[in-house]
Amino acid sequence: MSEPQRMGNKTAAAAGGAETEETAASTGASIGAVLRRPEVGALVGMLLVFSFFGYFGYDRNFLSPFGTSSWVNAASTVGIIAIPIGFLMIAGELDISIGAVVPAAKMSIAISCGHYGLPIPVGLFITFAIAGFIGWVNGTLVTRTNVPSLIVTLATLFAVSGLTLFLSLLLTDRTTQALQSPAWAKELFGAYHFWGFQSSVFWWLGLAAIFYFVLHHSPWGNWIFALGGDKESARNAGIPIQRLKIALFMLASMSAALSGASETILSNSATTTTNFALIFNTIIAVVVGGVLLTGGFGTVPGIFFGTATLAIVQQGIGYTPFDRNLSSLIIGVMLLIAVLMNDTFRNMATTMSAAKRN
Amino acid sequence: MSERTPILELCGVDKSFGPIDVLHGISLKVHTGEVLCLLGDNGAGKSTLIKILAGVYTPNAGKILMDGEEVEFTRPRDAHDRGIATVHQFGGTYPLMSIGRNFFVGVEPTRGWGPFKLYDRKRANEIAVKAVQDFGITRIDDGDRLVGGLSGGERQSLAIARAVYFGARVLILDEPTAALGVKQAAHVLRIVNEAKRRGLAVIFITHQVMHALAVGDHFAVLIRGSIAADFRKGEKTREEITDLMAGGENMASLEAQLETYMETHDGHPPPLR
Repeated sequence: MSEPQRMGNKTAAAAGGAETEETAASTGASIGAVLRRPEVGALVGMLLVFSFFGYFGYDRNFLSPFGTSSWVNAASTVGIIAIPIGFLMIAGELDISIGAVVPAAKMSIAISCGHYGLPIPVGLFITFAIAGFIGWVNGTLVTRTNVPSLIVTLATLFAVSGLTLFLSLLLTDRTTQALQSPAWAKELFGAYHFWGFQSSVFWWLGLAAIFYFVLHHSPWGNWIFALGGDKESARNAGIPIQRLKIALFMLASMSAALSGASETILSNSATTTTNFALIFNTIIAVVVGGVLLTGGFGTVPGIFFGTATLAIVQQGIGYTPFDRNLSSLIIGVMLLIAVLMNDTFRNMATTMSAAKRN
Repeated sequence: MSERTPILELCGVDKSFGPIDVLHGISLKVHTGEVLCLLGDNGAGKSTLIKILAGVYTPNAGKILMDGEEVEFTRPRDAHDRGIATVHQFGGTYPLMSIGRNFFVGVEPTRGWGPFKLYDRKRANEIAVKAVQDFGITRIDDGDRLVGGLSGGERQSLAIARAVYFGARVLILDEPTAALGVKQAAHVLRIVNEAKRRGLAVIFITHQVMHALAVGDHFAVLIRGSIAADFRKGEKTREEITDLMAGGENMASLEAQLETYMETHDGHPPPLR
């Protein structure tokens, strides 16, 4: 918060100053560089939260290997979904249907492998195909109808959760399904490794690295930013905006499916319960990570730190003498601070015309 | 000058949307190294005309010629490929993206191979900064800066520099000075002159007669979908042009009426009816 504020004062000072020739940027460049990296804010937030829980949770082993893996595991299941949701938000869209895609994915793999006895790769293929289709429906509806994506995905959230329940009852007559998976599948998707880290942690780290390169170092990343910045200009610049949007919705759904499938393989069972909390958790992680709700801006490291912050608060509270319920209060306050910070950033970026005079 | 083949020519272009005639019988010529100012009040059909030139709409009748050869634009890409670039009021720039990224949206320079092609930030920034500085905007020296931090005039300049860099031969500027202050507008007008000096044909759409007179070589006034006047630099005064744009109403006498009213009513303007 202090960096943007300082920059803000500088802006005012520079704007008030006389029309002088610009001098070589010295301090201005470094402040500007930090300003362009809002993940620094997310990192500082995460370190603050971590120190807080590290201090109060020290006696109860928050910093021990298993204390660490408890929040990292929680972060990974949200984090795998949060980054593609962040992409969508940068592109100016929202996807809340993931709350139903996760249980749909859980039931698809559990029913196809646990109930019908299909091999795991086939079950995964079916699961990803279903998730991809849901994403395609979301994307197509949003691009074709121009109905806000919040409404479209709210509709698919309910449609998919209803369909999951209906089909589960129709096919298996139950709303929960057990799944015994072979050792390799366990190892790959749902086992506890050293320090109690579950497999999804490695998926999260790997995907975060890939997504980082896609958003910040590939031409596609530029397209996503352009799409969220100004849709019409992006279209005029020759970016296939409809295909890009549909692809992003499919990516979000399929990431939700990966998270759901890993959880099912880990816990050996699936239920049809819609995961409403997950919807909010992903959005909080993304916003705390510095992505603008209005689109056009955000970073993968920011989302990564935002997810970690959320998980530290949610899991860490159990290691402190404080009441569990206070974690929601902390998250609420944190979210508000993050949004205010993001807004400050955007206002400065779009108004500081004379700021760079230094 | 008129001996040369115009780079872009419209011959009797008509456009209607359903029963509504928006443009009729538009004939215009633009030469390289020349600024054509398209003047007109709101709703005169300027936007539709631009969209026809940019390939967004196809005309119902009439011909478009480039270098004396008939062309047909079925989509914006066609016009773009022929070297027609449109720069809109805010220049198609993205405030929260860096200058380098803005410059290359959709045509990012890459390094590396196959699926690991990476966006070449350094090269993009270098080219973008150089292209903008060549247009006299020396304040831009860091390609990583966000475009949102630039002034309106600088953003326009960036968009024009981008269009020129990507091989535009005809530059259509849609109200580039409308939202700008006096100084910023002067900035953009200088850039228009620079583009002209480089041998581009510029179509400058505006309703600010002053700005048009500052850079224009050739003027066309559009009223209710047709060309009401077509004249060259120095053939008409500012007052005459303003009157023309207002649809023949005599602005000077209107102003005089207003002044007399205000003089006799303690400086209050007449009430609107």
